[in-house]
Amino acid sequence: MAITRNEVLHLAKLAHLEFGEEEIDRFTRQISSILDYVARLNELDTSRIEPTASIESGSPALRDDALVPSIPRGDALANAPESDGVHFKVPKVIG
Amino acid sequence: MSGLTGRTVGEIRSLVASGEASAVEVCRAHLERARTLEPRVKAFRALLDEPALRDAERVDRERAEGRPAGPLAGVPIAVKDVLCVRGAPATCGSRILESHVPIYDATCVARLRGAGAVILGKTNMDEFAMGSSTENSAFEKTANPWALDRVPGGSSGGSAAAVAAREVPASLGTDTGGSIRQPAALCGVPGMKPTYGRVSRYGLVAFASSLDQVGPFGRTVEDLARVLQVIAGHDPADSTSARVDVPDYLAGLRRGASGLRIGVPAEYFKGGMDPEVDASVRSALRLAEGLGASLREISLPHTEYAIPTYYIIATAEASSNLARYDGVRYGHRAQGARQLGPMYVRTRTEGFGAEVKRRIMLGTYVLSSGYYDAYYLKGQRVRTLIRRDFEKAFETVDAILTPTTPTPAFRFGDKTDDPLAMYLSDIYTVTINLAGLPGISIPCGLTRERLPIGLQIIGRRFDEETVLRLAAALEGELKFHQHRPPLDGTP
Repeated sequence: MAITRNEVLHLAKLAHLEFGEEEIDRFTRQISSILDYVARLNELDTSRIEPTASIESGSPALRDDALVPSIPRGDALANAPESDGVHFKVPKVIG
Repeated sequence: MSGLTGRTVGEIRSLVASGEASAVEVCRAHLERARTLEPRVKAFRALLDEPALRDAERVDRERAEGRPAGPLAGVPIAVKDVLCVRGAPATCGSRILESHVPIYDATCVARLRGAGAVILGKTNMDEFAMGSSTENSAFEKTANPWALDRVPGGSSGGSAAAVAAREVPASLGTDTGGSIRQPAALCGVPGMKPTYGRVSRYGLVAFASSLDQVGPFGRTVEDLARVLQVIAGHDPADSTSARVDVPDYLAGLRRGASGLRIGVPAEYFKGGMDPEVDASVRSALRLAEGLGASLREISLPHTEYAIPTYYIIATAEASSNLARYDGVRYGHRAQGARQLGPMYVRTRTEGFGAEVKRRIMLGTYVLSSGYYDAYYLKGQRVRTLIRRDFEKAFETVDAILTPTTPTPAFRFGDKTDDPLAMYLSDIYTVTINLAGLPGISIPCGLTRERLPIGLQIIGRRFDEETVLRLAAALEGELKFHQHRPPLDGTP
């Protein structure tokens, strides 16, 4: 196995996800087989190759620093699961 | 007026511009056909009856006022559910966005409307565009119009099926690793992924930002040219959209294939391909030669590393992009959590499906401390090698011709238990996303079971013109439009 059960549990924590016992086993198996497959990249010597993060044409286009109207507050809050009309509301951060 | 459906984008536009049919009549005819077929095809997440009719009424009113007809006047277009249409839910095929109603139009959608198009509905897709069969939609499985027990491909399966079923003449999809070209091939319609940066991604819900691109499906290659013309071009709202001039795609379309140098990459014609697909694509190559193009064998030596590279880069970007779904500003929120941390975890655990979770986990792994260099950085370095393969090939050829997929449409459930087998259906398409190139799939034949086969044409960066020109020339010889899916009773 390219990845252990404990590593999968740790990843779940980092990703803010929770899994049942059976799902953890399945993910450990599936992610391991994907990582085994990905390991074939090690056949290539890339020590002198620059990484490509994105294929862009020249430098990113910058806009003028001009004032433009932004999203009205009502629209911005329209899809909020909970709001008081002015703020997004969330459960307590510290219990 | 009868016979308003089953027409091309150009035909509908002339009917509406000349007044032979009103945009409202065209819109009603397509809504009616879609309503008849949807119980079997399930291409749409939602038909936008009232807003579509309002779009159409506006087109008719402007014509009555004597204003010039837009380049897509009255043309009904379906839009993948990952693109924002103001006021219409954009679920991205996910429970986590089930009730999400965008507050603005994606730039490509706004440009379609500005050209007179009528947004007919939102189409089904794999959750967050992750998948190759549309089976990962949280809501429904879209059927392939050619064989209702088979998948339409994915992730833009709804947009491809809607055009194949003639519910709309054209649609928009998105393509991160093949999500336009693969379903186009499986559904027997033309579909194009433009160059990275050609079309604005503003209002496209992000999956993998360095790979995602919006593009059209249509009945014909000319349809793709007409839609691309409208959606292409720089947008101040997307800093990765390129400041590169957009040529007149229709003007270049009929220049034929004569004189074009076509590269045939040996790595794309190796084992694993269905023999009927192989034969059909090779026969299209001979047609191209007959049209005066010359064929050259080329090598893209890093092709076999494309899928592993893609699954590092795409999952890394996805894990980062999907961190925003936290139940605070939009989307689903789990009920009953009394603290913020547990609310995040329960919201995401309830809201995402299995494939999305698998990719978030994999992406988290390749970005995590201790593995970043071995996986993510390694993937980015191999991406450079893949990009260089193409740069070298395009020194001696004008376009590259390959199969789009190794097999025709597979049956529901065939690959759902084996993520790797599903990933391999994108083996011929992911490379061009990694290299940022334009690519098209056009139908080139049917198998003995009457399943469509697609061929892919790849071009230089921002050279959609040559890709469309060669595709149009081949389309004229292949005459695939003689075939129709068996939906209407007669084959």
